[in-house]
Amino acid sequence: MDSLRQLAINEEGFVFNPATGESWTVNSTGLYILKLLKEGKDEDTIARQMAAEFDVDLETAQRDVVDFVEKLRSYRLL
Amino acid sequence: MKKPYEKPVITKVETGLMNKFGNAPYYARKVRTAIDGVSIDALVQQFGSPLFVLSERQLRENYRKLYRAFAARYPNVQFGWSYKTNYLQAVCAVLHQEGAFAEVVSLMEYEKARRLGIPGEKIIFNGPYKPVEILEQAAAEGALINIDHFDEIADLEAVAKKLGKQIRVGIRVNMDTGIYPQWSRFGFNLETGQVMDAVKRIQAGGHLVLTGLHCHIGTFIMEPDAYAQETAKLVQLKYSIEEHFGYQIEFLDIGGGLPSRNRLKGTYLPPEILLPSVEEYAEKITQALYDHLKPGDFPTLVLENGRAIVDEAGYLITTVVASKRLPDGRKAYIADAGVNLLFTAFWYKFTVEMDRDLPGVNESCVIYGPLCMNIDVLDEGTSLPPLERGTRLIFSPVGAYNQTQWMQFIEYRPSVVMVMEDGTVEVIREQEDLSDIERRERLPEKLQLNSIAAE
Ligand SMILES: Cc1ncc(COP(=O)(O)O)c(C=O)c1O
Repeated sequence: MDSLRQLAINEEGFVFNPATGESWTVNSTGLYILKLLKEGKDEDTIARQMAAEFDVDLETAQRDVVDFVEKLRSYRLL
Repeated sequence: MKKPYEKPVITKVETGLMNKFGNAPYYARKVRTAIDGVSIDALVQQFGSPLFVLSERQLRENYRKLYRAFAARYPNVQFGWSYKTNYLQAVCAVLHQEGAFAEVVSLMEYEKARRLGIPGEKIIFNGPYKPVEILEQAAAEGALINIDHFDEIADLEAVAKKLGKQIRVGIRVNMDTGIYPQWSRFGFNLETGQVMDAVKRIQAGGHLVLTGLHCHIGTFIMEPDAYAQETAKLVQLKYSIEEHFGYQIEFLDIGGGLPSRNRLKGTYLPPEILLPSVEEYAEKITQALYDHLKPGDFPTLVLENGRAIVDEAGYLITTVVASKRLPDGRKAYIADAGVNLLFTAFWYKFTVEMDRDLPGVNESCVIYGPLCMNIDVLDEGTSLPPLERGTRLIFSPVGAYNQTQWMQFIEYRPSVVMVMEDGTVEVIREQEDLSDIERRERLPEKLQLNSIAAE
């Protein structure tokens, strides 16, 4: 979680890691998940919250959150 | 009201790095909802997935375009359809209707052409292995046999004696046209003088009559000048043979090898930019003829193009059956078709289209086939938006060499349909089932397992 906390995230979906100089772009749902992760929410909670707010079924939301988290891991953000 | 949903995506910003998929920016995508007006969805509903789809219209258009490019420049042109490129009966029949002879390279292909109703005189018989029984049939039926090696000269002489007639033949020649690798294993070499030795040998035997020269310099030849050289050398050889041996060389067969609008792996430019047009090839070849032929001499120019005619007429519809995340962060999709069906995936990078527009930015991904084999990769690096399970991916062009080199391996081979010019869809090869796989097998009585169970 540490590297997540030090990320600068802006509302346009631009993500910057001042420690390494790396940057990323995220789309709106990606941004949504990132922010909740930063708040310390777990994957299941995030998926449920997302299914309630967005036009997506819970199963898809769960799969997509897991997939997104794995992608963050590949960038060593988690 | 709920907010519209888009799958979450995060993409690293790479500065100063040339994007390898330069022409695939974050939102670029290719969507195809139909083939010749028939919807992808309807095709899959009716015939299942995966599904090979061939377009009759595209097949005829490609043939005519190529044929006209040559026929408009030279008075005596004959095409031979290279069976090995695609010998589904429906494909061959369309091309025979267009006027092509059959170009075959084995006993099986010869029998296929005959069964389809092609008479011997309209069959060009090439290849390094022609068993004596089929040589005999081909000679008796008047096929145009192009000899590959000295042993075949001897075989044909024996056939001529048996049939009690002289056999008209061509010989295959290989030569340096500046193309690497040089295909030197077929026919007789020009530069070493082997060709002339073969002609001498044929004349000494007295049973064969040399009437033609054949050469096929390779495949996916991107250099029109190579054909110009080939043509010039064949014309010079023709005159030299006519002068020294008194034969009349009536046809010059320059083989096939023109590229299709496909993309070879490792090339980043799209084929439209990289590949010369059909007209450029036709211009170089016919110019070489006019530069070297004697005035008034117009031997038949034979061409045997395969991939240039059929590749773009073929599509493979596949379905995304699963997705996963690779340890390196890339997305991977598993499709229901793999290299068992797309043999040409080993050297082509296909166009991949989706059957629907999907939201989200592109991310780099890999497309795997269904085989439990590491080599089963349809595309090792492309850029697609996050795909839903069940999305159809349409691969093209896949009409050349796949329906002949596909493997019956692990999976059944799917249906092949042809979208006809009138908009109807015909099944031209049915999907396989277990009976196709096991029809030729015999299980010895002693090994029958159900007899054990019955005890
Ligand atoms: C003798 C001969 N003719 C024609 C062809 C057709 O080649 P292509 O599909 O490259 O036009 C081949 C293919 O290998 C061949 O061996």
